[in-house]
Amino acid sequence: MARSRFRGDRGLTFRMGGVGLGLGVLYLVFAAVLYQTPVGAFGFVIVLAIAWGQWYFSDSLALKSMSAQVVEPHQAPELHAMIDRLCALADMPKPRVAIAVTDMPNAFATGRTPNHSAVCVTTGIMQRLDADELEGVLAHELSHVANRDVTVMTVASSIGLLAGFITRYGMYFGGMFSGGRDRNNNNGGPAFIVVFLVSLLVYAVSFVLIRGLSRYRELSADRSGAYMTGRPSKLSSALVKISGDMARIPNKDLRDSQAMSAFFFAPAISRESIGALFSTHPPLQQRLDNLAKVSAELSEQG
Amino acid sequence: MGFFDSILGRSKPPEADLDVLFAVPQAVISMQMEGFTPTGSGSVCFRDVEGQADDTAMADAEKIISSSPGSTVTRSDDRFGFHWLTVTRTDADVSGLVTDLHAANSSLADAGFSSALLCSTVVFTTPAGKPFGLVYLYKRGTFYPFAPDTGERRDNSLELQVRGVVSADVPIEPDLTKWLAIWGAPGLA
Repeated sequence: MARSRFRGDRGLTFRMGGVGLGLGVLYLVFAAVLYQTPVGAFGFVIVLAIAWGQWYFSDSLALKSMSAQVVEPHQAPELHAMIDRLCALADMPKPRVAIAVTDMPNAFATGRTPNHSAVCVTTGIMQRLDADELEGVLAHELSHVANRDVTVMTVASSIGLLAGFITRYGMYFGGMFSGGRDRNNNNGGPAFIVVFLVSLLVYAVSFVLIRGLSRYRELSADRSGAYMTGRPSKLSSALVKISGDMARIPNKDLRDSQAMSAFFFAPAISRESIGALFSTHPPLQQRLDNLAKVSAELSEQG
Repeated sequence: MGFFDSILGRSKPPEADLDVLFAVPQAVISMQMEGFTPTGSGSVCFRDVEGQADDTAMADAEKIISSSPGSTVTRSDDRFGFHWLTVTRTDADVSGLVTDLHAANSSLADAGFSSALLCSTVVFTTPAGKPFGLVYLYKRGTFYPFAPDTGERRDNSLELQVRGVVSADVPIEPDLTKWLAIWGAPGLA
C-alpha cells in the first residue's frame, strides 16, 4: 500500500493552535469592551476596511512597494521552468512571477488566494544561490501560498491593528464623542480611558502573539517546501548563505522594507537589534534543526 | 487540502494517482488509426529526493522491469533535478509497457515517494516521422499531448488534434496552462 513520507509536526501544530486560540480569546474580550462605546464601532469599520484592502490587493501592493516587475516565461525561462515543475509536483495553480532589482537577497510570496498570488525573487538572491538552493526557496514561498499565509496573517493582525489604531488616534475620537453626546453625564471620559488602556494591553499582547504565529508559519512553510522539493538540505544551505549576508547589509537599505518583513524569506532586520520574542522569523538554528528532521524522514529506508 | 490544514499550515504534497495509466492502451488504438505508431518506449519522471531511500526504491524498480522479458530500462537525470526511468520494449507492446511503467511508479509510491512523481510519458512517432509524447500528470490524473518541434517549439495544432482523438479514451487535462513542455525528455528529443 502506498504510504506518504509526509509527517505533520504535532508540536508545531499545537503551538500554532495555541497562539490562534489565544488571539481569538483576546479579540473576543476586546470586542466585548469595544461594544460598550461608539468609538469602537467607528474604528472597527475603518480598520476592517483597511485590512480588507490590504488583503484584497496584497499581491499588487507588495509587488509595487518592492518595485518588482512581473516577468513572462520568455524573459526568465529558467525561473519559470522551475516554478512550473514545482507547481506540477504540488498540483497548485501557477502564481505570477516577479523579479525585484535589488542586491538584498530575498524572496517573498503574496496574494489573497492561490489563484491570485505572486512570487517575487530579488536579483540579489538569484546571484547568490545556485539553482537547487533557489528552488528550495521558491518551494518555501509556494508553501506560503498553499498555506494561505497572507489571509491567515491578515485576519490575525486586523484586530491588533484596530487596537493600535485606537491607542494612537482614539484620544481625538474619545474627546469628540464624550464632548458631543455625553454632555449631560461625565461617563464619557472614564469610559474612554478604560477603552484606551484595554486597547493598549490588547495591542501589546497581540503583537507578541502575532509575531509568534508568524514564526510558526515560517517553520511550516520550511517543512512543506522541503517535502515539495525532496531536498531539505538545499533550503538549509540557502538559509545559511542568506542569513550570513543579511547581517552584513547596512540598515539604511533595510528600513524601507520593514513593513513587509513578515512575508519575507529571511527577515530584513538584523537579529541583534530585537529580542527573539518580537521577531517575525524563527532563529536560524531552529529552522535548520526543523529541516534536518525532514531530511531524516525522507532518507529512512524501507 | 482542508480548511484546518490551511489554518494550521499543514499543506502537504498531494499523492499521485497511479491507476489512470492503465487507460493508455485504449488511447493508443485510437492514435494508431490516425497514423501514429508507438515506439514501445516510455518513461517515469520523478523528483530526486536526498538520501539513499529513493535510490534504493529506484534500483528495485529497475530490477523488476528488467526481469520481464523483452524490456530494457535505462536511467537518466535532467538539469532540473529529476530522474527519468525509461522502459523500452522490443516488441512495442503497449500494455506490457504500461505494466512496466506501473511497476516503476508503484515501487516508488510504496517507498513513500508518491508525492515525488511528476509525470509519465508514452512515446509515439507521428505520421510525419517526428517524436510525439502522451504525457500523464500523476497529481492531476490527466493526460496531455506533447509534440516537440525543432528548436524548442511545439506543434500546437497537432497536439490539439490528438486531444480530439484520445479524449474519449483517457481523461485530458482541461487546463491548457498545465500542458508543460518537457524538452529533452527521453525519446522526445
